[in-house]
Amino acid sequence: MSRVAIIGVGQSEFVRAYPGSVRELAFEGFKEAMRDARLTTKDIQASVICSAPEYDKQRSPAGVFAEYLGLNPQPTFYVESLCSSSSMGLRMAYALVQSGLHDVVAVIGFQKMSEISSAESQERMGRGADIQWESPFGTMMPAYYAMYARAHMAAHGTTLEDLALIRVKASTYGQLNDKAVYRKAVTLANLSHPEDRMAGPVASPLRVGDCCANADGSSCVIVASEEKARVYCQKPVWILGLGAATTSVNLAGRDLFTGLTVAREASRQAYKMAGVGPKDIDVAEVHDCFTIAEMMAYEDLGFAKPGEGKELIRSKATYKEGHIPVNVDGGLLSKGHPIGATGGSQIRTVVLQLREEAGPIQVKSPEIGLVHNIGGVGLYGNVSIFGR
Amino acid sequence: MAEKKESDERFKKFGTVSFTSLTKTNDFIDYLEKGTIAGTRCKDCGRVFFPPRADCFQCLASHMEWFEVTGSGTLVSFSKLEYGPAGFQEDVPYSIALLDYGKFKVFGRIGKDVPATEIAVGMPMKTIVNRLPNGQLNYVFVKA
Repeated sequence: MSRVAIIGVGQSEFVRAYPGSVRELAFEGFKEAMRDARLTTKDIQASVICSAPEYDKQRSPAGVFAEYLGLNPQPTFYVESLCSSSSMGLRMAYALVQSGLHDVVAVIGFQKMSEISSAESQERMGRGADIQWESPFGTMMPAYYAMYARAHMAAHGTTLEDLALIRVKASTYGQLNDKAVYRKAVTLANLSHPEDRMAGPVASPLRVGDCCANADGSSCVIVASEEKARVYCQKPVWILGLGAATTSVNLAGRDLFTGLTVAREASRQAYKMAGVGPKDIDVAEVHDCFTIAEMMAYEDLGFAKPGEGKELIRSKATYKEGHIPVNVDGGLLSKGHPIGATGGSQIRTVVLQLREEAGPIQVKSPEIGLVHNIGGVGLYGNVSIFGR
Repeated sequence: MAEKKESDERFKKFGTVSFTSLTKTNDFIDYLEKGTIAGTRCKDCGRVFFPPRADCFQCLASHMEWFEVTGSGTLVSFSKLEYGPAGFQEDVPYSIALLDYGKFKVFGRIGKDVPATEIAVGMPMKTIVNRLPNGQLNYVFVKA
């Protein structure tokens, strides 16, 4: 089977409130990826548009974007799996290219969350869970992940300080990322001082500093067949493995509360397809919507045994110089989390790393990179492995 | 002129804000009114469902009977919300939680009267029906 490559990546700056419409926001990530790949719109044979619905007013954004981005009359369609939408979009693009239906496909993720209030967006996010049986209790994303944090602490002795260390790492790199929404330093003192905003309670045991910020943003990944990649691209990054999994939406239907079964299953598939294991990964982007999510990702992806994720952050093994650098672009925690754009942004970071074009956050000569992107509260899991 | 058919919207009564009105499991609300929390069991294969559902994916059939959730479960985890989503701000603070009954689990809230200092993962709790100040019905977990 021939290979499939990523030949261009781009993202907008992630901002608190984008001063424009969703199609203009989508243009920002698209423009950067097209310039990166040195393509013109005629070269794009199809587009896949990814977001989670109900944050902005545009229904069926795919057709609107295709026109605005100059992609008529090529086909376009919409893919949604909440926060992992653009990783699912990558999966679709891979299938379109591998099937021979198209040679070059653009995966465009976007989210404009600032058109509604924070309480409204929490209500929308809460309805990404079981609206019949859970949402009537007043659920929201931080509280669900907080339940995983509490269970992880009870089972494995993980502490609030361990979680704070993950936030401190994110801010270390967020300060270096000119696309990040949060570029300030965060210290352990911030998270432990009762008067500090970062230590403010959200959903126990999670504090403000344990949660990523909503943001507006867009991303774009351009996927090509091996033949086209050889023509268009000096440094193609190859898609080596793709995994995707689901589980019960209601927590009542699950058996594991110290990790995400979707991440374990998706990574098993991706490692198998790529023919590699956790020890082969040189750089990773994981879905740290909350600090506990990164902790569980260390274990779910096999970077640490269950319960031992805390040792990785305590020893700084997941810093840029460590043996498994994770989220050295600031992660969702500092970069911000514009839901549908997040997966594409994670892929962009790993592609730039593998091309050794990551600037101040470049890790040393990475050969293989991994992206872990989760939708909902571990409802959808996508793990993708890339190589140069 | 045809008479307008009345729809069975009992499920609108579930929780502070219900996002569902029509469901084949509407009888759940009648059980709550009578002080009972009920799940469903497939009459063909015996599989137990909580939350209740009308259809069994294992048998591809819809032959369900109701059973009562009784006894106590173990607290799997919980979180106290200091900030509520739209529609729930007046309830804050409140704790969401999950109880493990062995054959099934129940997702809900911890009762307001349970002292925070006495709540711990692994403790036994039971599920009781609760009437909210706005007249809506839900269920909460209290010490067993």
